[in-house]
Amino acid sequence: RDFNERCAQCSEVNWGLTDGGRFYCRSCHNVTERTREVVNTDFITNSRVQTISKGLRKQEQNDGGTEWYVCEGFQLVLKKQVEALEALGVCPQMKDEILCNFWRRYLQKSKQAYCKRPAGEAVKALSVCESSTDVDSDPERPSLLHLLSLSESEGDLQTDCSFASSVSKVSESTSVYSGSVDGSLYLRKNQKEKLSMTMPMTLSFCYMALLWVREPITLSELLRYVVEGHIPYLNVFQHFPEKMKLCGLDLKIFCVESWPVYEEVFNKMHELAAFLDLPRFPAITESCFLHPDMLCMKYLMEANLPDELHNWTCRVVKKIGIGEVDFLTLTPGNKSTRKVKYDVLAAAVIVVVLKLLFLLDDHYEWLLSELAEERNKNNTEGGPYFEFKKWYEVVKHSLDVEQKKLDEERAKYLWRCEKPLFYSAKNKSKVLKRRQMVVNLQNQFGKLSGSVQRAEKPNPSSFQLSWSEENTDGSCFHGHSLKGILQEKCGLLTAMNPDYWLCTVKLCNEKLCGHLAHYREVEFPQSYHFVLGLFSFLLRIQPSYIHDEVCMIEHKLFNKKLYKKLKYNTVLRK
Amino acid sequence: SSSEHKLNFKKSKEACLSYIQDALLQKQWKRAAEFLTCYVESLEKDYSREHIGPSEMIWRIGTEILCHHSQSSMKEFNCFMEQMKTLGVKRYLKVCLEHVFHLLCNGQIDEAYQNLSLAESWRFGEQTAIQDKEMKLIQAYRGLLDYYSWFKQKNILLEHSEDGFSDLAVEQEMHGYFRKAAVNLKEIIKIPGVWDIFVKCYVDLLEFYGDHNEARKVLNEYAYNSKFPANPNAHVYLYQFLKRQGESKKSLISALKILHDIVPSHELMIDFNTMLQKSKKRKKRRLGLEVIFAALDYAGWKENAKAWSCLARQVKQIVISEKHLDWIKQEWSSRKDWWPAFHFSRYLAKRNWQENKSLSYEKALVAGILLGKGCKYFKYVSHRGCKAQLERFQMLKKFVNRHNPVYLRISG
Repeated sequence: RDFNERCAQCSEVNWGLTDGGRFYCRSCHNVTERTREVVNTDFITNSRVQTISKGLRKQEQNDGGTEWYVCEGFQLVLKKQVEALEALGVCPQMKDEILCNFWRRYLQKSKQAYCKRPAGEAVKALSVCESSTDVDSDPERPSLLHLLSLSESEGDLQTDCSFASSVSKVSESTSVYSGSVDGSLYLRKNQKEKLSMTMPMTLSFCYMALLWVREPITLSELLRYVVEGHIPYLNVFQHFPEKMKLCGLDLKIFCVESWPVYEEVFNKMHELAAFLDLPRFPAITESCFLHPDMLCMKYLMEANLPDELHNWTCRVVKKIGIGEVDFLTLTPGNKSTRKVKYDVLAAAVIVVVLKLLFLLDDHYEWLLSELAEERNKNNTEGGPYFEFKKWYEVVKHSLDVEQKKLDEERAKYLWRCEKPLFYSAKNKSKVLKRRQMVVNLQNQFGKLSGSVQRAEKPNPSSFQLSWSEENTDGSCFHGHSLKGILQEKCGLLTAMNPDYWLCTVKLCNEKLCGHLAHYREVEFPQSYHFVLGLFSFLLRIQPSYIHDEVCMIEHKLFNKKLYKKLKYNTVLRK
Repeated sequence: SSSEHKLNFKKSKEACLSYIQDALLQKQWKRAAEFLTCYVESLEKDYSREHIGPSEMIWRIGTEILCHHSQSSMKEFNCFMEQMKTLGVKRYLKVCLEHVFHLLCNGQIDEAYQNLSLAESWRFGEQTAIQDKEMKLIQAYRGLLDYYSWFKQKNILLEHSEDGFSDLAVEQEMHGYFRKAAVNLKEIIKIPGVWDIFVKCYVDLLEFYGDHNEARKVLNEYAYNSKFPANPNAHVYLYQFLKRQGESKKSLISALKILHDIVPSHELMIDFNTMLQKSKKRKKRRLGLEVIFAALDYAGWKENAKAWSCLARQVKQIVISEKHLDWIKQEWSSRKDWWPAFHFSRYLAKRNWQENKSLSYEKALVAGILLGKGCKYFKYVSHRGCKAQLERFQMLKKFVNRHNPVYLRISG
């Protein structure tokens, strides 16, 4: 039938089945140890079900390891990550209630993909899940697998047949070899229905949970903490227990060799939220940290801009309605609303406000600065007037210093850890030798690095740039007044700048080309580029993403005028 | 670039390398070491498709740092090299060789010898055949060190024999070193290449033991085999050997002829010219004139009194005999535009007179003949010379005056 091995005695492929369910060679009557159930095309799903339902579980393999499934590994990863978040001050409910439930739901939903399940069974599975309390503790307990077994019946024949074709091609070679039981399965291509776990997706889970609980950590901050090493991600497998052996394809799944990318984590999070059929998330109101008004305040401080600008950002937010609860709150599966990047949005609002007040055309802002300087000379009131030029010089200097540090850190980033990984037992000794050599060389040259020792991980900080009002050198602009660049009209202070230039007259279709606009540095004023660069550094994302949000905001803000004056050039009068 | 916020292993290590490169160029050894410490984990990743892999990078960069870093020691260096030897089997012998060079540069001859012996005994499947060239080099350098030991023993022996006693033990040792050295040195010089030091040592050995035929063969091969790269030293060694052997002028001249063609400014051109001038054959004398003029075309010879005296002697001899003035004319025609400014300016006249009277004498003679008695150089020097009442300058003045018409015929 499907058993294609050659007989050990006569090399023929001519098998029959004994009564005991064993294969025997019809040519020479050699009886093998292979039983039908092992060679069955459904062997992976069935063997799992059978071993579990029989209560059998191979506890000890020859190298002292136990059987483990990929999702157990990910569960451990998530556990470590959420513990780290707790250490950063996130509320404990996130671990025990939120993330845990998300994960369970994910397991349920994803296992749906390859088993037919009558509705009744699904309900049963759910109730089991709720009653078991220790799903996310020791993964070696059969509780997790117990869950799986209840939700599985005979495999979906369609998918199992395609499994079979890949399984039967499996030879004893190491190419489809993994320490986990289902490692090779995990990496199969057609996982569309399944949404299989990846390392970046663990961060999507974390972010989703953070968003649900409305914690004051933005996605860009989360990713920065990951890169700085405060949240386990790179080399998290070194925390796996000894018995969970990683090798072969597991490496592809659990080894990370690049920094997480904002867009990827963000998009996956939304995909995940829809996949899990989550309801509308808890509302993001004005008092939430993630509300643009709050985030703008934070970023204004970090960018060393005057507090007074906050009035302006609030006005813009209000005018275009991006402070509305419905706009901000995530409703999974709703394809019509644009997904909100809270941090990028807030940064973009500030950029727009700066454009409103200073124009940022490489000309006007400097003139205005000179004007403010003049006014400052006769300034007898409390605080000094804000001068763009001074601000630019101070911030640029700090930014350059920090950027240089960051660039060096990127070059010095260490990707490997003490726990070496080997693809198979064959190259284990080679890998260990290499590791030893690396350690030796690091010691030797580390000593020659002189007094420059690798600094200890800095404590996680929400602010990357900080400015103190106590500095007498005038390098903090928080308390500066905008009066120097405003004029009085009808008893109100308005901007002196009557002009505005749009970043783009027409927005692209985001669904088609992925962006609302296409940012090229040479096409825009240097001051604009500088401001984008500042927030790009703070959020650790490409300037083009901020540019996209700026375009979006501008189009909302000048909506009416745009429709009226489509024919004219890009400079509009307010 | 700084606005790129993505990062992966490969990009990170590329950036690391460029920081190392900057640090090396600016001789910031501590900083280079700092970044190298971060780079070494590249060894754990597969770079088999890259042209130069991390193991080679680390070897070269590490060597550079350890050579220059103030806190580095030979011990550290040796330890590092041993690790590098295990890293890449395809480079094993190369690393060994470079290690040996460093040991030699630091005067650690014995350690170098040990390393060479060890490397010689290395075998590694087909790699041994692939790295055959490096192996020959290793054997050659071991041969060289054997020569060095032989040399020391020879000197001891000579000392002892001077003191009146013979020393059999030393003699035996000496012969032993000779055998070891000869075998290896002979091998390497068979391969086309530049082996100056090996050739010299080998020839020295052969000469000592009286095998002049072999020595001659070796030197001829080295100089004349077209497979070997053109090497002026080959001809020099051959010439020196022939001279030691007391060969005829004819063979000496033929040995130097090629040297003149390759390196007209070689210091042996003086010897060459001297031999040629004395020759009975006209062609040889003609060549002699060509040789000495060619040598003096080079700035390095401007103040060489011996060279000028050679030229002066030959020019004088030609003028007196009144035969072959056309030779001078031929040589002068391509030089008359620039030699006056190059050699015979008034400034040089002053300087030569102050610094080296003999030099100025010879030059003045040549200038007087080539440019006539009215030329700046001659006038200045002869005037000063006569004023100082030096006899030879007075003779010089008379001579040039008498033969002044010659210059007209030459410059014609």
